[in-house]
Amino acid sequence: MNCSIPFDDFDCILLGHGGGGRLTQRLIREVFYPAFDNPLLAQDHDGCVFPVAAGRMACSADSFVVSPLFFPGGNIGDLAVNGTVNDLACCGARPLYLTAGFIIEEGLPLGDLRRVVASMQQAARRADVRIIAGDTKVVERGRCDGLYIHTAGIGIVPEDADIAPCRAADGDVVICSGPIGVHGIAILSARESLGFETALRSDTAALHHLTSSLLANIRDVHVLRDPTRGGVATALNEIASAASVHIVLEEEQIPLPAPVRAAAEMLGLDPLYIANEGILLAILPEMYAGSALRILRAHPEGREAAIIGHIETGPPSVRLKTLLGGSRIVDIPSGEQLPRIC
Amino acid sequence: MKYIDEYRSREYAGMLSRAIRRTATQPWRIMEICGGQTHAIARYRLEEMLPPGIRLLHGPGCPVCVTPERLVDGAIRLAAQPGVLLATFGDMMRVPGSRSDLFRAKARGADVRMLYSPLDAVHLAATHPEKEVVFFAIGFETTLPVHLTALKEAIRRGLANFSLLTSFFLVPPAMEAILSDPDCRVDGFLAAGHVCSVTGTAAYEPLAERYRKPVVVAGFEPVDLLYGLHRCICRLEAGEYGVENAYTRAVPEGGNPRFQALMDEMLEPCEGDWRGIGHIAASSLRLRPAYGAYDACRRFAFLTEEGATDADTEETPRSAAAGCLAGEIMRGRKQPSDCPHFGKGCSPDHPIGAPMVSAEGVCAGYFHTES
Repeated sequence: MNCSIPFDDFDCILLGHGGGGRLTQRLIREVFYPAFDNPLLAQDHDGCVFPVAAGRMACSADSFVVSPLFFPGGNIGDLAVNGTVNDLACCGARPLYLTAGFIIEEGLPLGDLRRVVASMQQAARRADVRIIAGDTKVVERGRCDGLYIHTAGIGIVPEDADIAPCRAADGDVVICSGPIGVHGIAILSARESLGFETALRSDTAALHHLTSSLLANIRDVHVLRDPTRGGVATALNEIASAASVHIVLEEEQIPLPAPVRAAAEMLGLDPLYIANEGILLAILPEMYAGSALRILRAHPEGREAAIIGHIETGPPSVRLKTLLGGSRIVDIPSGEQLPRIC
Repeated sequence: MKYIDEYRSREYAGMLSRAIRRTATQPWRIMEICGGQTHAIARYRLEEMLPPGIRLLHGPGCPVCVTPERLVDGAIRLAAQPGVLLATFGDMMRVPGSRSDLFRAKARGADVRMLYSPLDAVHLAATHPEKEVVFFAIGFETTLPVHLTALKEAIRRGLANFSLLTSFFLVPPAMEAILSDPDCRVDGFLAAGHVCSVTGTAAYEPLAERYRKPVVVAGFEPVDLLYGLHRCICRLEAGEYGVENAYTRAVPEGGNPRFQALMDEMLEPCEGDWRGIGHIAASSLRLRPAYGAYDACRRFAFLTEEGATDADTEETPRSAAAGCLAGEIMRGRKQPSDCPHFGKGCSPDHPIGAPMVSAEGVCAGYFHTES
């Protein structure tokens, strides 16, 4: 009865892979451990024990349900690592460790899982973080859409960093590190039902190189935010509300790639509300704007960084100065414009 | 980008704005009946570029908003039937019926799909032969050919499990209903460019003649709209009425004869029930009896039975009791800001009146862009 079945006899995930028995162990040892290999993970314990430095730490958690799992420019694995890394980076933290939870639908091709895990490892290496704990569950076919991933992470916050949405203040500028709307449109193009093609690839990327360069060189960064779900409009509305300030955007200055604009026109979407996974909004005093732009533009992810607006005293809302010279309120949408975008 | 940047140019818009200021010597009230134009006017804040005497009135131009509540109720009931797959445009999902909406129906287990094209619904009918696939098809003249083309495709492929739940509206009868009102406050109209690209401009001639109003066909970009307004104001100042095409790059005088033939062949006129406004004779179209097998209202008898009992009791009392000014706003008698509910009890999250329902409804457009 101890005769083991070679793992490769399975080409897809079975319910048994989530049962906690031998199949689960083999999935962990043959798929997850080799990819995420590091001494902390190798403790092979119920959890992971590690030393911490004195000071402040940041913690963040995020779940990923993107559909489809693979899209131009990335897959759910890249998103799951970069998403949590970026949330930590936007707290001003240097990301250190991640955990990864997998909810897998019975029948997911093993090759797909391996591709996702390999992407997670590469994204973790690029972001210089380690995946130190994890979990796997398998649900019956039809009970989830292929694969959901949950990641949580912690990072160290430098002593002098004080980054928070409520710190946006009158006289600050709003800097956007790159072209908006790319991730959302890339995902849409990969959905069969839409039947349009674009050369756009998701901009999913870790942003902590950008944030750490800013924090190392600029004394007083007030807010950092990666405008994912709900896009730039929703992120800035949240900041306006947290800090009780008025944000004025210049439509002309917002980096909007032609393919994003064309797709958004066709689909009736407003690019300001489309999800991004590789751009950063930075809010800081105007006196630092020039150096912040230079710092961001020195990174490939920040090449197209631009000042897109400024902060004023006034009602806690976001106003857009349109191309025609008028201005309009940019509201928070009532629901999700595009479901399951990350 | 060609055909967009030119029509969003600050320079051209400024020139037209100055031309309008030079031309207008007295107050004029101009109405558009097109959700796309209403949305663009709000989005680009075009009213700020006009002299104070020029008022823009926003007619019932959003097909999502004017689809009657009883039909939304019918769609919800239909979606809940076992074996039915109901598909529709994303905008229809949030439209409130008398008790629920399609998003809530979907969450409770109804098979409701959001699509970008009715042709995708035909594809669903082919891939789900075990399901009755119903496309909740809404639209003005612009969109009807798309729905009819999808139905033709379903027939060509022999898909007996495909049908349309139609909510089709015509613009000229709505204009006539507004013009024939003794309290009509409209001096001139912008006609919707894309409607005219299908129908041509002839249908507006008798209206312009009978009511002695200028009707200017206009596009959707800010420069198109300002140009249309300028032409309309020029005519008003000169005391000229009649139809003028200020959107010639998209609208041939005769419209699209192929689409017109398709509509004639497949559709017949009927009384329209406009949410927030009421019944307007011959303002709607339904599938001709020859296509009755593909008409969801005939295929699912309970839809019309339910409709007959709901029609007189649901919409009018609901809006009137709430003090909602939707009908007054869509007839051009009031502005959204005149309504006591605007931005208070009534918002896109909790619409009370039809024009707050879709992004192209006038109240929603102003809610999103005004402080």
